[in-house]
Amino acid sequence: MIPVVCAEMKRRGWIDGDKLEEIVVLAQSAPGLLAVNMAIYTGRRLRGFKGSLAASFGAVLPSFIIILLIAMFFTGFRENEIVRRIFQGVRPVAVALILVPAVNMARRSCKNIVGVLIALASLLCVAFLKVSPVWVILVTICCSVSLALIRQKR
Amino acid sequence: MTVLLMQLFATFFVIGLFTFGGGGAMLSLIQGEVVTAHGWISDAMFTDIVAISQTTPGPIGINCATYVGYEVLASYGKLAGILGSAVATFALVLPSFIVFYLLVRLLQRYSSHPVYESAMSALKPAVAGLIGAAALLLTFRTGWDGWQLQISVLTDNFPDWKAWALGAAALIASLRFRVNPIILILCGAVAGLLIW
Repeated sequence: MIPVVCAEMKRRGWIDGDKLEEIVVLAQSAPGLLAVNMAIYTGRRLRGFKGSLAASFGAVLPSFIIILLIAMFFTGFRENEIVRRIFQGVRPVAVALILVPAVNMARRSCKNIVGVLIALASLLCVAFLKVSPVWVILVTICCSVSLALIRQKR
Repeated sequence: MTVLLMQLFATFFVIGLFTFGGGGAMLSLIQGEVVTAHGWISDAMFTDIVAISQTTPGPIGINCATYVGYEVLASYGKLAGILGSAVATFALVLPSFIVFYLLVRLLQRYSSHPVYESAMSALKPAVAGLIGAAALLLTFRTGWDGWQLQISVLTDNFPDWKAWALGAAALIASLRFRVNPIILILCGAVAGLLIW
């Protein structure tokens, strides 16, 4: 989705090419989804609050309608024998496809021992101790911020 | 139903607020809150929803939230389901809107600050671990019997060796050969029809 968003922004001249990269990085380091954050930023730049509202609405609406239609349709067919067999085959693939970004992210971010330890701790806490991912994120932010502050004071 | 709607709103607001690092991170948070903490939907249903979210256009996080919102309220009827998906999706986007709209100047000024960068670089491996845990929890059921760790295979998702083979094949195809996820899901669907 990101390449599509970037190409369209450039084509319409909404964000300059060289500034685009900076905005993508910014949208990635704020909470929420990249596509929605990009929409909020662009809308705000062009038309302020209303533009922001319209853009984020537009970013979400197609997904919303398509999924809603599928959800309403699928609920009635879940017990169907053929649908059941299809999803029996789809499920292992879906699980594998969740693992893929985890592996890719781990490859990029676990370059030193600290990264490996953080990743392992987060995995073990959520998978075996049933800690909510929300807490993992919160504790990670708090620890890294306080460590950085202490380092800065010195 | 009103209470459930309010819980749904609060849950997805928190999910939206703490999602750093894209759709995969969001899946982990949705799983943690909706499946593990609230028990609103089963592991198998969540896997189906993820598969559908991966195959349909649009951000996977939005797709998943919309679907979960519908499913949680669907027992009260179709209209309640629609309301549920609207509430979940709105609540998911709202924190982004508040943070990114109001604080964008602040973010621009401080996003290259060493403290901010340190938080971001610590979050990356943490999120990798979260997504790994999400995949693990859709493969195994884990729990404790006192101090004894109990692990069993989640048979809804991996009933037999054929399912394991299918999952392994998909993993290799995606990691090694970068096959498009939608094609992989469709292959899974065909395989499911032929095998089971």
